[in-house]
Amino acid sequence: MPKLTIDGKEVEVAPGTNLIEAAQKLGIEIPHYCYHPGLTIAGQCRLCMVDIEKNPRPQISCNMTAADGMVVHTQTERILETRKSVMEFHLANHPLDCPVCDQAGECWLQIYYMKHGLYDPRMTDEKVHKPKAVPLGPHVMLDAERCILCSRCVRFCDEITKTGELGIFHRGDHSEIGLFPGSALENAYSANVIDICPVGALTDRNFRFQVRVWYLESVKSVCAGCARGCNIELHTNHHRTHHNQGRRVARIKPRFNADVNEWWICDAGRYGFGWIDDESRLTAPTRAEGGRAVEIAWDDAIGGVVDALRGVRPEEIGILASPDMSNEDLFALDRLARHLGAVSVDARVPPATPGDQDEFLIRADKHPNTRGAELCGLAPRAGGLDGPGMLKAAAAKQLKVLWVFQHDLFQSAWPEADVRAALAGAGRVIFQGSNANATSAAAHLVLPSAAYAETDGTFTNFQGRVQRFRAAVPPLGDAIPGWDVLGRTARALGAPDPVFEAGRAERVFTALAAAVPAFGGMTYRGLGDAGQVVAR
Amino acid sequence: MAEKIFTRNFHRADSHTLAAYRETGGYTAVGKAFGMERTAIVEEVKKANLRGLGGAGFPTGMKWSFIPKDSTAPKYLVVNADEGEPGTFKDRYLLEREPHALIEGMLIAARAIDSHLGFVYIRGEYVQPWRVFSAAVQEAYAAGLLGKNIQGSGFDFDIVIHRGAGAYICGEETGLLSSLEGKKGWPKIKPPFPAIKGAFGHPTIVNNVETLSAVPHIINRGGAWFAGLGSKSQGGTRLYSVSGHVVRPGLVEAPVSITLRQLIYDECGGIPGGRRLKAVVPGGSSAAILTADEIDVSMDVDGLKNAGTMAGSAGVIVMDETVSIPEALMVVARFYAHESCGQCTPCRESTGWIYKITHRIVDGHGRKEDLDTILDVAKRGAGTTICAFYDGAVGPYISYVEKFREEFEALIRSGDHA
Repeated sequence: MPKLTIDGKEVEVAPGTNLIEAAQKLGIEIPHYCYHPGLTIAGQCRLCMVDIEKNPRPQISCNMTAADGMVVHTQTERILETRKSVMEFHLANHPLDCPVCDQAGECWLQIYYMKHGLYDPRMTDEKVHKPKAVPLGPHVMLDAERCILCSRCVRFCDEITKTGELGIFHRGDHSEIGLFPGSALENAYSANVIDICPVGALTDRNFRFQVRVWYLESVKSVCAGCARGCNIELHTNHHRTHHNQGRRVARIKPRFNADVNEWWICDAGRYGFGWIDDESRLTAPTRAEGGRAVEIAWDDAIGGVVDALRGVRPEEIGILASPDMSNEDLFALDRLARHLGAVSVDARVPPATPGDQDEFLIRADKHPNTRGAELCGLAPRAGGLDGPGMLKAAAAKQLKVLWVFQHDLFQSAWPEADVRAALAGAGRVIFQGSNANATSAAAHLVLPSAAYAETDGTFTNFQGRVQRFRAAVPPLGDAIPGWDVLGRTARALGAPDPVFEAGRAERVFTALAAAVPAFGGMTYRGLGDAGQVVAR
Repeated sequence: MAEKIFTRNFHRADSHTLAAYRETGGYTAVGKAFGMERTAIVEEVKKANLRGLGGAGFPTGMKWSFIPKDSTAPKYLVVNADEGEPGTFKDRYLLEREPHALIEGMLIAARAIDSHLGFVYIRGEYVQPWRVFSAAVQEAYAAGLLGKNIQGSGFDFDIVIHRGAGAYICGEETGLLSSLEGKKGWPKIKPPFPAIKGAFGHPTIVNNVETLSAVPHIINRGGAWFAGLGSKSQGGTRLYSVSGHVVRPGLVEAPVSITLRQLIYDECGGIPGGRRLKAVVPGGSSAAILTADEIDVSMDVDGLKNAGTMAGSAGVIVMDETVSIPEALMVVARFYAHESCGQCTPCRESTGWIYKITHRIVDGHGRKEDLDTILDVAKRGAGTTICAFYDGAVGPYISYVEKFREEFEALIRSGDHA
């Protein structure tokens, strides 16, 4: 393992480590634009230069492999002046759109100018003009004047998606990022170029002009769009309802996880948060009365559930859980089902159209927690019915309670007639979920549950990795976490299991980890930011 | 009068033919080289003090020795016939008048570095040279001098001719390689160097047309002979492309030890119309300009380096007293702004910026801080770029302004920001 010295401090690194990464290990930041650990080396921006002893000229640190005995200086007079010069060159033709540019506040020209520039500008000639506000695809907007030609976006499309839509055209200071003729930036991961663009050249069309980034708060979470569970940050706008059209969740950004998604996220996942602040959110418990959904208090709602279950035999209960529910929700549901003696429990509802899957991140299973549902035992018990069986039984008036979680059964692969007959034939239909749909509209009792962005919890991805998500915003209206609905129901039924007393998701998880061997020994703290894989 | 090597046959109308080349001793060196150890060929070229004649002046024998001996990868010999340096027109005549010297030089070099595939990258604008060279290659194939088992030696060598499409940066060694590979002519970051990882990722030697054309003579008559023709650190003669204000512009073959004064006045007849010499660009536009007082300098690589300029491509541009140096700088600055590949930030931005300043000065809108801006920007960018293109631009930027500052200042004073 090579041992080298940077700014007088010694560090040992793995063979093949470049100097930017070696310095990072010591907490020394070497500024750079074109370098990205997930892409090949370009060596174009020239900002990362450092002085290396025995080398007469400064060298770019991105392309320099740490060697044993190397002595590196990142703060020499010459390097500080070089950085200033490189900043001046980067800004020579820059349009200074900051007041109208979405990147402001997270722009690396701003950040590095303040840190490494601070010179008085002297380029007083006419700047080069290039196309502005050019949509490259459904998600990405290009401003060619702001572009610093670091080529990260070109390399991303060449190396990661291998779709090659982008190139650099023309020459010299008239060079321009653009689409190859006849192409559009439409691949399934197109918006990642927005993240890796250090400046406001590539911006998010969905986020355009919505809210300033310094008004946003951030929590670490997990995408709920498919079974991969890409690690994300949820960026939310809490207080300024006059921005972002009042929506609380402003955007999703991918978060690095070496084992799940590296630096990337698919477009579907990135933009799959609209439902969280949508009008269709269920914000209060309701009871169907005379064809209308009448808002009731939680006590009434729980009372309604208890009423529905009174005198019902275990084989007359059907529970359709959802792989959109958290491990905590599913565990609480499993315990409640056991208390009720219910045997007809299932979590599998096939989608109307099978999901797409690729060789990269996208999984056909568009639920974040199918593994969690399996591991928590949300499957038919001995003598119990599966999903289709429950539909038939309900239609035949054999189910007194059909409790549906989250699904819109009318969007499933099950024939609409069967679904309609089941909802009509069941004694009582209870719907518990976050958003209204055709199924909730047919329910007698609707219980609003919090979205994953509004509560702590965990999902188990398709690889068996248990990952935490965190509350970014409070639940909308009277919605509460799913495990809390179930806890209140269970307490009202006199169920003794202590998990029903848990006031926090973490307590539910502790009970889950103690009870389900696959999760043995896991804690929220131990899961950290990267998650842990379940035991075999 | 020194012996002519490169231009010895230029007086013959048929000098480009295989027959004429053979008649004057051509294709004997290659037979000799096939019988030599590879290292012996390299040693002979080292002894000759042959320096690269495309612009960088790197010792040729040393460059060949950088090919890894233990590599089993295919090795490529690439000839740089892009000749883009303003003021230079020697390679075009070598291709048109003595193409077989290049072919024979390639064969010997290929034997030395164990290459079996050579590429000749000819700039797109050189249509006639390309036609003549292509015909010569065909002649060579027909005569069994290229292809499989050349002259029964067991050595195979093929030549692929590739035409450029009009970018100066494709004359930069690794820019050429990128273009050859079918990509944008962007120079590659070094390390790795071409001898280790060049064309298509394999060990590659890139040599200039003229450099390789000297090799058959070196093998035939020995490195010591070649070295003796020149200066202490550079052997042989070379072709000076002399243009501008001289009575007899054109190609001059002379020993590398010739002085600039001798070149201008003895070989080219001096300045026409009895006018005064003002300035000379000695080595292609990238070379720092020399004043009329600085022409007693030896025109070899080290001589010009010690004079603060460079031998470069030996493109000699002579300027008399009628030339406006600010205007000359504007023209040169426009060239570099136009030709910058744009890959790295210092060159991309400052070549355009400096051109705008020079244009403004020439147009009468110069400001007094402009000259210091040009000098400071040039010095800040030098040495920070991916390739030497920008350092080539810096040569004129700094030397024109520093050596003719008064002329620039007078132009600014007479402008509207005085």
